[in-house]
Amino acid sequence: MAGERASTVPEDTRSPGRSKPRPRRVLPIIEWTCLVAALAAPLLLGERPELITLATNILILSLLAISFDLCWGYSGIMSFGQALFFGVAGYVVALVGRDLEFSHAWATLPLAMLVGLLLSFAFAAFLLLGRKTPTVIFVALGTLTGSYAAERLVSGWQYVGAGNGLSAVKLIQIGPYELVEGVGFYFLALGLLLACYLAARYLARSQFGLVLAGMRQNEQRLAFFGYRVQLFKALIFSFAGLIAGLSGALFAYHQGFIGPGSMGPGLSTMAVLYALFGGTGTLVGPVVGTFLIETISYFLADQDAIKQYWPVILGIALLLVVAFKPTGILGFFVSERERIGSYGGLGKRRDSAHAAGLDRNVAELERRR
Amino acid sequence: MNTLLEVRDLKMQFGTLQALGGVDLAVSSATFHGLIGPNGSGKSTLLKAIAGAHFPTSGTISFGGREITRATPSERSRLGMSLKFQITAVLRELSVYDNVLLALQAGEGIWSLLHSRTRNALRDEAMHALERFRLAARADELAGALSHGEQQWLEIAMALAPRPKLLLLDEPTGGMSPEERRVTGELLAPIKADCALVIVEHDLDFIRDICDVLTVLDQGRVLDSGTADAIQQSRKVQQVYTRRI
Repeated sequence: MAGERASTVPEDTRSPGRSKPRPRRVLPIIEWTCLVAALAAPLLLGERPELITLATNILILSLLAISFDLCWGYSGIMSFGQALFFGVAGYVVALVGRDLEFSHAWATLPLAMLVGLLLSFAFAAFLLLGRKTPTVIFVALGTLTGSYAAERLVSGWQYVGAGNGLSAVKLIQIGPYELVEGVGFYFLALGLLLACYLAARYLARSQFGLVLAGMRQNEQRLAFFGYRVQLFKALIFSFAGLIAGLSGALFAYHQGFIGPGSMGPGLSTMAVLYALFGGTGTLVGPVVGTFLIETISYFLADQDAIKQYWPVILGIALLLVVAFKPTGILGFFVSERERIGSYGGLGKRRDSAHAAGLDRNVAELERRR
Repeated sequence: MNTLLEVRDLKMQFGTLQALGGVDLAVSSATFHGLIGPNGSGKSTLLKAIAGAHFPTSGTISFGGREITRATPSERSRLGMSLKFQITAVLRELSVYDNVLLALQAGEGIWSLLHSRTRNALRDEAMHALERFRLAARADELAGALSHGEQQWLEIAMALAPRPKLLLLDEPTGGMSPEERRVTGELLAPIKADCALVIVEHDLDFIRDICDVLTVLDQGRVLDSGTADAIQQSRKVQQVYTRRI
């Protein structure tokens, strides 16, 4: 046994340059397909304004789903309260519109992001930044409770419209233009989704993202390296809150309405489902999930024969995916290895002069042995 | 030689069980210090208390002249202490290279990590750490694909990557073949120049070969401490070991 083991070690080091052919990367293909489809959609749907509205809604809710993916898929924070940041930011821009008659995007959208950021940071400080490592359940219940309490609070508060919410939200203004729902709003949402997506992607693939990937697997190990694990979590949670805030503001402007349900556990759970259904830990998965769930719901709800049953059908489909394919729809196409990815840029290293130096070093080791 | 780590009158009580009953230990820099003793003698408990995995009931631990008795593991790590777990805790779903990168970049600020400022700068150092433990050719593979012995080496490479002043090793050769054990000894020897080592190990031959000083624990107390030769001659130690065997 000992002999066998000893002989396998040099076997592997003997052929350092040999690397298995890299499997084709699927994620970029999916990302580009989604982008092209999103750009082309207004042309194809031009005749059907109600479908443009649906598509805009999908883009806005995708932001919420991505914000959940950053928490759970990337950092292992089970947030059942993403809608809280979404809803509060939505209410804030609606109130600024009503009370101050102000809705210029250059100020209200950053304001919404700031609200999402600060509120989620306050939550993170309470839930994550204690001296002891909080459990997943503690964080899940904490965020869920926050979301539920906010929904109840708003439902009884006359100033913010109580149970009726705030309707006739002032239209969003960009320069001299007021945007109603339609192609203009669609491209505004698409541009912001793209910007957030790229920022999240940059973060997830950076050395910071490597820390998150390590944290998901073994938090204690990371602490022994010297990482302040909880601080990393608080930062990512706050960034996710910022994106949820932006999403909520766009939602309020687009719908012209924001109600208590937009900050409660119902929508929070939808964010979880979008991401799980599409595939967490991929960023593009939540977008695909949101698209599928919203599109299927829209068309099923329209069919007279199954109108009443569509939530049941959708529920069963979601249950099946979540139970049998924890990596979601994208899990059928994207390998686990690709999903986690490499952070050291080794693919490039293989082709560089460094590889030649490495080969020499390994040969030297071999010689010594 | 100056004292790097000093443990004074350390007691550890788990319910009614006294795991450590007043242990003193001094480890000098550039020394390999072995902790041996029968099962349940408190070796691992002592190592964990030094690493900060458990806080002691009483007593003090100081490191590099600073008291760290109640410092968190990450605070200790930033002072230059590094730990290799008894059970391998490599991050199995990350590549071998990323495991080492993760260990190396632990000292970076968050802003620098966000912008991946040191991704290229650390490459040579990471590859060097892997070469030292004969893992360079497997840098691209998932850590979970390595053999048990190789995972242990990867752990040691990771623990050494941030250039600690003190490395704590909990049974590094557990589950290794004799050949892998021999190689582990070879691989560890060169680190003495810049890093002290506290090692808990069952394999007495292994520990005698690589350690300068041995401390023998029995029932939570220090039975004897001295050079490997002196310990081998020690009557008290012989009594404990023959009694157990």
